[in-house]
Amino acid sequence: MRITSLNALIFVAVVLPLPANAAVLPEDRVDVLYHAYSGGGVEVTGPSILVRKSLGANVSLAANYYVDDITSASIDVVTQGSPYTEDRTEVSLAADLVYGDTIFGVGSANSEENDYSGSNYWFGVTQDFFGGLSTLSFGYGRASDEVRKNGTPTFKQAIERRNYRLGLTQVLTKNALLGITFETITDEGFLNNPYRSYRFLDAASAIGYSYALEAYPGTRTSNAASLRGLYFLEPRSSIYAEYRYYSDDWEIKAHDIELGYTRALSNSWLFDVGYRYYTQTGADFFSNMFARRDEQNFMGRDKELSPFDSHTLSFGLSYQFLPNGFGKIESGSLNIYYDRIMSSYDEYTNNSPGTTLATEQLFEFDANVLRAYFSIGF
Amino acid sequence: MTMYLPIYVIIAAVLTGCMGSEPWVKPYERGNLADPVMQFDRDPVSSMYMNHVHEAREGARGASGSAGGGCGCN
Repeated sequence: MRITSLNALIFVAVVLPLPANAAVLPEDRVDVLYHAYSGGGVEVTGPSILVRKSLGANVSLAANYYVDDITSASIDVVTQGSPYTEDRTEVSLAADLVYGDTIFGVGSANSEENDYSGSNYWFGVTQDFFGGLSTLSFGYGRASDEVRKNGTPTFKQAIERRNYRLGLTQVLTKNALLGITFETITDEGFLNNPYRSYRFLDAASAIGYSYALEAYPGTRTSNAASLRGLYFLEPRSSIYAEYRYYSDDWEIKAHDIELGYTRALSNSWLFDVGYRYYTQTGADFFSNMFARRDEQNFMGRDKELSPFDSHTLSFGLSYQFLPNGFGKIESGSLNIYYDRIMSSYDEYTNNSPGTTLATEQLFEFDANVLRAYFSIGF
Repeated sequence: MTMYLPIYVIIAAVLTGCMGSEPWVKPYERGNLADPVMQFDRDPVSSMYMNHVHEAREGARGASGSAGGGCGCN
């Protein structure tokens, strides 16, 4: 189970772009991506296919088909359940209409897995100013998810989610771009994982503790603001920097900083290298070990809600082919990206079978992320 | 909201600084800006994936516009 409707909000953010120059619809393109994630006992692979096609001069349609094939033996699974496999399929459709310096966008997405369904829609407006040097955008999204629990057919819970996004892309100089984004997301409904349990001390248990199902608040409101910049350098290359601050009413506060460098090795080859640092505080109802059952109203032991930090190193290589086009094809690229994510937890411990309260160590894991894809522009 | 104050100031400065002025980067000066190395999200399908990876494994969410990839499982 995962926060599937957020994926569609990501679709809003990325597929409804903030063009740097005037109100111009995105180019027609086809992207076929293979993704692979491996880390912490979790393997996820699958395709993502994006097709964007214009209809006349003023309308552009986009569709995305995305699959996660998941094999999980994560720390939660090995301590509280059994390894499992499952699939998640998501289909997104979007349409953009350009009118003068304005682009209007609408879209919808549906996601399905055996114990979770997500559906949502969104609309957005992008407005150019000052000859295309400033671009302001606004987006609103609304999602309705259904949470189910395998083995309990009567278990069905709902989540309603709203998303508000405001962005500005600014051309500063002939070599510099700036981007600012704010986003507020509100959730209401069943927000915890129906399978996960928290731990509490229990003298009657041989291992010193017992489990009970988590209880989360029924609402969540988060705010995030990011500032990012791109600067062109000679020889043909660019440096990239981004800072994001996040906070929510579960008392999670997070910072992330990203730095990147892209270098054209020739007319055909691009090389990317990047670094990302992420750190967060824990939710106020997170505890690695509660003193007793029902110690407080809300209790959770989700490592994603615990204090931790991570470092990510990224490398990418792109080969641009058909620079002069071929028939209806204007451009193409072959790309491969690798990310190494190293996460260290400040309170969450590894209580895998074989450990005891006295021998548990703070949890940490590394993940490898691969993206291999080709893109064709028409 | 005070945490956003510096960003509001930047927006105000950028917008008011631009009011009533000629485009400060002429069309013929935009060659570098049009270069693929100057795109925040060069390939949307790749960016969406990395955002998905981050949001599935981190408490934070939103206001991301680049990078991405992964599943949201436990």
